[in-house]
Amino acid sequence: MKEKYIYQISILVILFVILTLFITTVPEVFLQSRIYISYLSIIPFSMILALSLTPLIIAKEIDLSFPSIMAVSGYIFAQSYLSFDNTFIAFFLCLGFGFFAGLFNGLIVVKIGVPSIIATIGSQFLFRGLAMILSGGTALSIMEIKESFISDLFTGRWFGFFPAQSFWVILFAVLIWFILFKHKFGNSVLFIGDNKKAANMMGINTDKTRIILFIQMGIMSSFCAVLLTLEMANWWPTNGEGYLLLVFASIFIGGTSVFGGSGTIFGTFIGAIIIGIIESGIIAMGLDGFYTRFIYGVIILIAVCVHAKILNKGKV
Amino acid sequence: MNEILNLKNAFKTYGKTQVLKDINFKLNKSEVISLLGDNGAGKSTLIKCLSGLEKFDKAELIINEKKVNLKNYDIKNARDLGFETVYQESSVGLEQEIFRNIFLGREITNTFGFINIKKEQEVSMHLLQNFLGLRGVGINPNSKVSSLSGGERQGLAIARAIYFDSKVIILDEPTTALAIKEVGKVLNFIKTLQEHEKSCILITHNISHAYEVSNRFIILERGEIKADIKKDDISLIELQSKLLTIQNEYQ
Ligand SMILES: Nc1ncnc2c1ncn2[C@@H]1O[C@H](COP(=O)(O)OP(=O)(O)OP(=O)(O)O)[C@@H](O)[C@H]1O
Ligand SMILES: [Mg+2]
Repeated sequence: MKEKYIYQISILVILFVILTLFITTVPEVFLQSRIYISYLSIIPFSMILALSLTPLIIAKEIDLSFPSIMAVSGYIFAQSYLSFDNTFIAFFLCLGFGFFAGLFNGLIVVKIGVPSIIATIGSQFLFRGLAMILSGGTALSIMEIKESFISDLFTGRWFGFFPAQSFWVILFAVLIWFILFKHKFGNSVLFIGDNKKAANMMGINTDKTRIILFIQMGIMSSFCAVLLTLEMANWWPTNGEGYLLLVFASIFIGGTSVFGGSGTIFGTFIGAIIIGIIESGIIAMGLDGFYTRFIYGVIILIAVCVHAKILNKGKV
Repeated sequence: MNEILNLKNAFKTYGKTQVLKDINFKLNKSEVISLLGDNGAGKSTLIKCLSGLEKFDKAELIINEKKVNLKNYDIKNARDLGFETVYQESSVGLEQEIFRNIFLGREITNTFGFINIKKEQEVSMHLLQNFLGLRGVGINPNSKVSSLSGGERQGLAIARAIYFDSKVIILDEPTTALAIKEVGKVLNFIKTLQEHEKSCILITHNISHAYEVSNRFIILERGEIKADIKKDDISLIELQSKLLTIQNEYQ
């Protein structure tokens, strides 16, 4: 039993070490609630993406195109809001694009047989290009959307302070945990990543399962784009670009295996928090923003080394 | 009414290699057939096609006196018709728990598809103790399969096939990785199948095992059936020399 939770425990320890470091060096910032509320508003974006990508990684697939799916979806959301003045039409058109983008990736990988890392490098360019062509490279501003119901629902400040997106990301984390570890769909995902041939022999429809995973990733990328566009009240053509490496870092410092077949939603959740708190922590400590990447590097390497050590110990 | 399976004019090619050529055979209720033949004869291919993992190029398959639509025939289909297969290649997920392996593809779920993990663990515990006779301290349904030995893994795959109360059990070299005691268990199990009116197709390179448990022998060579003999019509020695003669013809 202890063995099973060792990743989860080690990642928690890393989080507490980092937090303690921040609190002792800059207590005037880290003993105030303001910084935590700002975390609650910012971290959900990369966290949703990381949670959604974790099952794909567990199934030994990958999607590098989600930042570009976000760009197109965000554009569709903002532009159709401007055109139709209806947030629900905008919302569903946006998620609809995510669905088809994910389906597109899934079909190329599963039906044509292109490895997902290659296929999604291709579609990443394709979708980013699409965003550029559609928008003509210019940003969109939608300040009025802040007055809408959908903005309150997804990114409002509940009780006057609590960023709604935090609630939605926690709900999503719980849901995806249940599906992955308690539902038969998740069972298929685990076995596909572990031994796809065996999964086939046991009658699992591995093609369908993998396509659904890509679709899920597409839809959640679009949903993330909605949250981001609502929070910022504007859309810009490079939307989503910064998330790629942060999302992968969150997943791997969380303890999900690159080899497929095992992973942890809790680890990804904490991993995303660690990645999310570092940047502003570094700046609050009075260090130059230039240090951010360097320190990301240090923490990511420490975390993955700890995981590798644990993994090797388990293999006698 | 006795006939469970009837395969007619079955062909299969992989790329340019013709692996199965005009295969015809029947399987009756309570019958154990041994499929014998050299390495590469096409034995595994035949049972993969029968169990829905691969598709025949052309064939007519009649199960329970009903013609099967081979276009839609897959593993789920075969299972629904009562066919259960233990393949030669490893068919377990090493990083997953034993109970998940046992129930893979037919989890005990509620109407929303959520797994009743407690129930699966209980049944798995029962199987581990009673079929595999695993009583080690470390063995429990929550262990990863990677913590089992090669033979135990194979035993697990067989136990899984047995649990789901099927009419026909297909075993592709089930005893190769097992110790003598475990081999005895598997052979005994095959013998008890007949009492329960179940059938079995056994693939093995061990002719005395085959002779011990089977009612009929089918010798496959280069994708063709060369002999189909009842046990009553042949002794173990004769069967051995027959097999050798057939194999030598093709050297
Ligand atoms: N997926 C495949 N692609 C191409 N050729 C294959 C494939 N599977 C099997 N073959 C070929 O088909 C022939 C029959 O293989 P099969 O596995 O059915 O033999 P077998 O009788 O089970 O042998 P063994 O006793 O060694 O298990 C072999 O020549 C093999 O090389
Ligand atoms: Mg074989």
